[in-house]
Amino acid sequence: MSEKRKFGFETRMLHAGHIPDSYSGSRAVPIFQTAGYVFDSPEYAASLFELKQYGNIYTRISNPTTAVFEERIASLEGGTGALATASGQAAQLITMMTLMNPGDEFVASSHLYGGTYTQFEHTFKKLSIKVIFVDPTDIKHWEKAITPKTRLLYGETIGNPQGSVFDFEGVSALAKANSIPLVIDNTLASPYLCRPLEWGADIVLHSATKFLNGHGTSIAGVIVDSGKFDFSNYPAISSPSIPYHNLNFFETFGHYGFLMKARCETLRDTGASISPFNSFLLIQGLETLSLRMERHVSNALNVAKFLVDHPMVDWVNYPGLPDHPHYERTKKYLSKGAGSVFAFGLKTGNNSAREAGKKFIENLELFSHVANLGDCKSMVIHPASTTHQQLSDLELQRANVKPELIRLSIGLETTEDLLWDLEQAFHAISR
Amino acid sequence: MGLGTSLSCDISMNTRLSADERNKFQNSDIIRKILNGSRTIAIVGLSDKKERASNFVGSYLKSERYTIIPVNPLKQEILGEKCYSDLASIPAPVDVVDIFRRPEECVNIVKEAIAIKAKAVWMQLGIVNREAAELALQNGLLVVMDRCLKMEHGRYNGNLHWAGMNTEIITAKKVSRFI
Repeated sequence: MSEKRKFGFETRMLHAGHIPDSYSGSRAVPIFQTAGYVFDSPEYAASLFELKQYGNIYTRISNPTTAVFEERIASLEGGTGALATASGQAAQLITMMTLMNPGDEFVASSHLYGGTYTQFEHTFKKLSIKVIFVDPTDIKHWEKAITPKTRLLYGETIGNPQGSVFDFEGVSALAKANSIPLVIDNTLASPYLCRPLEWGADIVLHSATKFLNGHGTSIAGVIVDSGKFDFSNYPAISSPSIPYHNLNFFETFGHYGFLMKARCETLRDTGASISPFNSFLLIQGLETLSLRMERHVSNALNVAKFLVDHPMVDWVNYPGLPDHPHYERTKKYLSKGAGSVFAFGLKTGNNSAREAGKKFIENLELFSHVANLGDCKSMVIHPASTTHQQLSDLELQRANVKPELIRLSIGLETTEDLLWDLEQAFHAISR
Repeated sequence: MGLGTSLSCDISMNTRLSADERNKFQNSDIIRKILNGSRTIAIVGLSDKKERASNFVGSYLKSERYTIIPVNPLKQEILGEKCYSDLASIPAPVDVVDIFRRPEECVNIVKEAIAIKAKAVWMQLGIVNREAAELALQNGLLVVMDRCLKMEHGRYNGNLHWAGMNTEIITAKKVSRFI
């Protein structure tokens, strides 16, 4: 057994993190719906609390069902470990609170999910953590924004609504030169389409609600660490932990130090933990990730091509199309496909773009009008009349959300049925 | 939770060693042989400070029912065990010599380990000395380098899995505890 096999992505999707237990042999992952765990002895309990022993204390910190999901996603992303959280927003919050202290700064791409933008801009202000947003398309903008207070760089693999593809090599080299980690939200790609850790990112986050779950049944998030970043001189990780009697997480846990600190301090203290039942649903979802992503991508490409050729469509921001400005990056970083979430602009002529968008959505039969994405079912939203309705046209422009913009999340339905549905909705608004 | 006799695990992450060196000095069969077949572990460079990594490893191994023997010339007793100033002074047989010292000190420690007929030498995470490793190997000792004894134990008996770690273990067989 000296030659060890490296198992493939699909095998790990099904097996990583779960070994059938000795008492039941249950082939499916059991749901450990428990809050607490009986300790072997008072001494053992004390050693658990001091982190001298590994084991479960309380489901707010760890849980056996959740551990399967965590190890599985760590394996799929190629990380040293993972930490599941109550939501994608919680994954961001826990990562940032673990890596930063009040007075610190970070630089983030402005091509971000709106909820992330709001959390960074407003909620982090309350923690005295300052975000500097940059247009991610030019590396010079990143360079200029870095100061001695900068603790990390942040971006999304595929940024919306522009469909921009992250410049992994450029920005990760910059992070390395400044001895700061690069944190990437990989939600829209999933590890099947892109593994940012292989392109120089240090930490990967997901809203696991989306493609990882795949069926729109649970709110969840996850943090994956490469274990490769040297935190030995990084203040928030290598300074003595007062609650743990001056423990230095990096010295004691090495490449697992960041995740241990994130779990045993930040997750413990914020309480943003995932339900074991939600972890079970995520594990179910991950079993079919590759199959779903292949279908998501092929359907999305067909829909994007259909839209490009349609007389009622002004523009399509799908990075899987050859004329998208980031097509070269797509070929490099997203060789299996550019995901299935993208935006297009309605050609509205003399009509109000906001009204046309509303009418288009009202007339869709199969696309669900929801504030979610990455579901097996196709979804649609018109930001100008929903999530961004309180903004004036000028403010929409600043937020890079045009009034004619429609965002799609292409699901797994019969391709022709999706095209039919779009066509009949176009027809309805042209009348 | 733990593992049966069959498993597939290529521990490839977080090390400075090449693939060939990993196969030689981080081989999962050898690691499991050491964990299964050893009872007495001498820890060279064990600190009495509770927050230090060596103290975490020592207390963990003790709670997992290994006999630990601290080797530290400056102390009388650590973690409730009598300290020895060097390996040669230990009156009992030693299975594993676990090293928490700088890489340049490893060759001499390995020479001492050979002299006391230890069965294995384990150089902790971040400690790489190829000359020391080869010397131990040539003298018939089992060798592990640039790995943490506590983390590897936790990896194979399932404890580290609870903490969300990627154990790199893939198997469809039923668990049976390995110790």
